[in-house]
Amino acid sequence: MAGVGKVFANGITAVNDMSLSIREGEFVSFLGPSGCGKSTALKMIAGLLAQNSGTISVNGHSPGAGADATDVGFVFQDATLMPWGTVFDNVYLPLRLRGISRDGARDPVLEALVSVGLHGFDGAYPRELSGGMKMRVSIARSLVTRPKLLLMDEPFAALDEMTRFKLNNDVLNLWDQQKLTVIFVTHSVFESVYLSNRIVVMAARPGRVADDITLDEGYPRNDSYRNTPTYAENCRIVSKALQSTLNGDGHGA
Amino acid sequence: MAHDRPGPLQGDSHLERSLRFAMPAAALVAALAAWEFLVWFNDVPHYLIPAPSRIATTLVTDFASLMRSLWFTVKLTLLSLGLAVIGGVALGMLFALSRTVEMSLFPFAVVLQVTPVIAIAPLILIYVSDTFHALLICAWIVAFFPILSNTAIGLRSADHNLHDLFTLYRATPWQRLRFLMIPSALPYFMAALKIAGGLALIGAVVAEFVAGTAGQNTGLASRILESSFRNEIPRMFAALLLVSLVGIVIFLMTTLLSRAVLGHWHESEVRRER
Repeated sequence: MAGVGKVFANGITAVNDMSLSIREGEFVSFLGPSGCGKSTALKMIAGLLAQNSGTISVNGHSPGAGADATDVGFVFQDATLMPWGTVFDNVYLPLRLRGISRDGARDPVLEALVSVGLHGFDGAYPRELSGGMKMRVSIARSLVTRPKLLLMDEPFAALDEMTRFKLNNDVLNLWDQQKLTVIFVTHSVFESVYLSNRIVVMAARPGRVADDITLDEGYPRNDSYRNTPTYAENCRIVSKALQSTLNGDGHGA
Repeated sequence: MAHDRPGPLQGDSHLERSLRFAMPAAALVAALAAWEFLVWFNDVPHYLIPAPSRIATTLVTDFASLMRSLWFTVKLTLLSLGLAVIGGVALGMLFALSRTVEMSLFPFAVVLQVTPVIAIAPLILIYVSDTFHALLICAWIVAFFPILSNTAIGLRSADHNLHDLFTLYRATPWQRLRFLMIPSALPYFMAALKIAGGLALIGAVVAEFVAGTAGQNTGLASRILESSFRNEIPRMFAALLLVSLVGIVIFLMTTLLSRAVLGHWHESEVRRER
């Protein structure tokens, strides 16, 4: 995003009066309990859902209306692959929908596969892959259009911890190498602290921003970061913020 | 049996594959032999139960007329199946695209489906002067419904997140149909085709039973009916054998087609490694 991406959205119940601006190059996590509208907010940014009030602007355009340069990538909670297509076909899909020929798409598709560590798997079918590998294909598909903004909707929630840690590192590398702006929806405090430099804590009923925490810890980060006092302290701060949204909710009820 | 000798371990899968064909074949031969023997031993007259050898002889002597009838039935069945596929897929797509169309037209499809074809056939034979066309309509009615309903359900079965993905990349309606909805519908369509193939044959035979032997150029059902009037039981068995052969061939063809289309990805056709 060249300037400022602004999010003003007022949903009836899911998201209420949410105001937020995300700068280019940030790694933002939306953290909150289930039902706080974090996925809804993400889908509105992607243009998959329309807001009932307020305005959303991604790099000066309304969602889903921008030119190629403002393109967004989206990673779903499930890998969401087409079972009838090979890995190549699945990653090729976004380019195919733009009318790019198979030959013309060959290089970007293979490059995207290499970037997620799936070199040589282009001929495999999704059923032959493990859960983590399917998710890598899904990430490769979201990156093949070279988006500036990558939206991830609890992408690793269904994976085992070892795979999740590994993919967390991979996402950080991709974010760094491809100069992405990432909005990462998660319900894991640890995941959000490990990945992001900014955490938007959301509260439920109605979904709203409860806290906006900036983390100073620099990059690159690796697994040893998980053992540092800073990490523990950040987790404590974020947990507390999350806890207070739940308590507030309890008082309100 | 030659396969009974103990083989080396690496021969096991080959042995198993051979047995899969050899065992049913042996059972069939044994049953035919028992049939032949019992008819001969008890001196059963051929107008009650003909021996298999007698049926085989009839197949040869009546070859010309039986083949004409066989071709008539095959033509009727395949043509009605083809038209059912065209009509069912076209209307199924319309249903999937528009709820209004579906709600308005679905009752008609259900009425056509639940009313036994044998009950509608006399009416159709009255209104349609050409017997072949009348029979074609009857067989089509039976085969049409499974294709229609499965196509409509299949087109709607596409993953919601994949639909979102297509929206995100601004797919045209045509791209959405071609790359998402049609592949999602294929397993449903293939299941329907297997059912409709059998139903088309049933429809063709049943309709012909209703029509009787009036027509000049008639199918296997007429041969069966005619043989029963004349007490030519071996000929009846021969015609019956041909009808079931047609059914078996249609079943094998649709199964092979399904495997060819879905074999590389769909769970129903994928061979799991053990």
